[in-house]
Amino acid sequence: MAGDEPQMDQAPQRPDLPPWQQPDSVGIVETRTFTFAEPPDEMRLDSGSKLGPITLAYETYGSLDERKRNAILICHALSGDAHVAGYHSQDDRKPGWWDAMVGPGKAFDTDRYFVICSNCIGGCKGSTGPSSVNPATGRRYGRSFPVVTMADMVRAQKALIDHLGIPALLAVVGGSMGGMQVLEWAINYPDRVWTAIPIATTPRLTAQGIAFNVVGRQAILDDPNYRDGDYYGHEPPKRGLAIARMLGHITYLSDESMHQKFGRQLRDRDDYSYEFDVDFEVESYLKYQGQSFVERFDANSYLYITRAMDYFDLADKHGSLQAAFRAVTARFLVIAFSSDWLYPPYQSKEIVSALRANRLHFAYYEIPSNYGHDAFLLEKARISRVISDFLALNYARALAEEKP
Amino acid sequence: MSPAASPPRLRPDLAEIAALIEPHTRVLDLGCGGGELMAHLERTRGVTARGIEIKPERVVDCVAKGLSVFQGDLDQGLHDYEDNAFDYVVLSQTLHLVSRPGLVIREMLRVGARGIVSIPNFGYWRIRLGLLLRGRVPRAGCFGEPWYTTPTGHVMTLCDFRDFCRASQIRIERERFVTGPGPLARALGRALPNTFAQLGIHVLSQHHAAPRPTAHSRA
Repeated sequence: MAGDEPQMDQAPQRPDLPPWQQPDSVGIVETRTFTFAEPPDEMRLDSGSKLGPITLAYETYGSLDERKRNAILICHALSGDAHVAGYHSQDDRKPGWWDAMVGPGKAFDTDRYFVICSNCIGGCKGSTGPSSVNPATGRRYGRSFPVVTMADMVRAQKALIDHLGIPALLAVVGGSMGGMQVLEWAINYPDRVWTAIPIATTPRLTAQGIAFNVVGRQAILDDPNYRDGDYYGHEPPKRGLAIARMLGHITYLSDESMHQKFGRQLRDRDDYSYEFDVDFEVESYLKYQGQSFVERFDANSYLYITRAMDYFDLADKHGSLQAAFRAVTARFLVIAFSSDWLYPPYQSKEIVSALRANRLHFAYYEIPSNYGHDAFLLEKARISRVISDFLALNYARALAEEKP
Repeated sequence: MSPAASPPRLRPDLAEIAALIEPHTRVLDLGCGGGELMAHLERTRGVTARGIEIKPERVVDCVAKGLSVFQGDLDQGLHDYEDNAFDYVVLSQTLHLVSRPGLVIREMLRVGARGIVSIPNFGYWRIRLGLLLRGRVPRAGCFGEPWYTTPTGHVMTLCDFRDFCRASQIRIERERFVTGPGPLARALGRALPNTFAQLGIHVLSQHHAAPRPTAHSRA
């Protein structure tokens, strides 16, 4: 099955060229910022609070066509950022988080489409979040940052899309938490979305999903370095955040993929240590994931973003899931993965049921995969083909029609 | 919304089915495969088509044709579909492969005003002859695959199917037959379909006297 296929790193097309000069790379890119909602015109949040000014970090690839119908918005997942593809410098060793999908000739073909990604509000990758300085006080927000929701994140993205002068997005696409934002887009701004591609996502976070978030947050909150969120300028709550990340990574894998990837293999040793050192490969992997995460992520952002996921429930917000999609006009490509137990296929099918009840045009594609939730980042061959076909047809449709 | 590629030639039974469908109707194609029938209907008849297909790679083919398709298993029923949501529900050469054909037919006639079913005829003369002379199930007509590679096999003749419809209060409104080539084969197929048709295509509806099943009668 999927496990036999090549994944992640493929040989470069031109071994003589560095990664950023490969023909299918977007090359060197830079993150830009857009600031809006300056006081007194702050953005109103679902909680009733106001937030402003708001800065969004974003990247774009490719160029907008004359009729502005080729724009695609990619929404990132929990720990993602605006840097989807390409490299930030010639020495940059790691490309953007979905580089396999975005570039010339790839699924999101930057020779044809104008691709946009912005860091969500509440995040820590350049957009306004708890680690940003509150201009009103001159201090970092910390826990005084208002709790935001998925709809708030999308409201901020819409301000960016307005700013970029895009009347309607050819596609809004995202996996996991990004998929939640895709649904919010299609529901809240139906005349701004031609097609929606929610991947490995859910119409509401289930009790199990909330439960994992609770434990991750508790690890952070109980870290003595957390200091009620006011740890900036001090040692951050790294231990708590690392535990949260380790837990998260378990939920992104599957029994099968863990077995294939690690089994019971020991790490650099032939026998058990009979101590509590790192004996197992899986132990080493999780430790590494936790430790590398704390270098690049803010603990408060982890709290705020997971809280936004907890509050995500479209049926509750709109009365029923069917009612949530009543005004939607977008065509959908819903993708789920068989071994994803964090957002199992039945949750994607709930989205599909609501689409069907509203007689919308959709395709539901369930990919047999062993990778668990992470499949949305790993099954690039399978999702590339279906997405590029879907986009090509709908781009032709968008050029031929007026948005209803 | 179909790609500009030249229209592919339709399988003979699908062409017969397409001819039975009124323009500008709503059609659900069960086991739609790569969406050949749906694409044809949308292109030539202005039909709004929806499909269900179990194989992921065929679902991708449907998406590449711009079709609306759900990856799912017919044996799970159609409980997510409202009563009478479609004008036609099509089941082409799939009935003998589902594990509960009776349930599938009932569900078809719940969600659609009419069902169109094409079934391979086990009473086809070459199959009868092969069985009689060679003592083995022949691989002829629609039974191209050996018994051990097909997932499920319900074997029936056109007469068996008519018996089922009669017993289940299902009206057969129209029938079409796919026969071997040539005028003789066609004439024989019309006169004695249970012996000379490879495939029967039946347009079904509920007898109006029978009460419509409720939305969740399956459960």
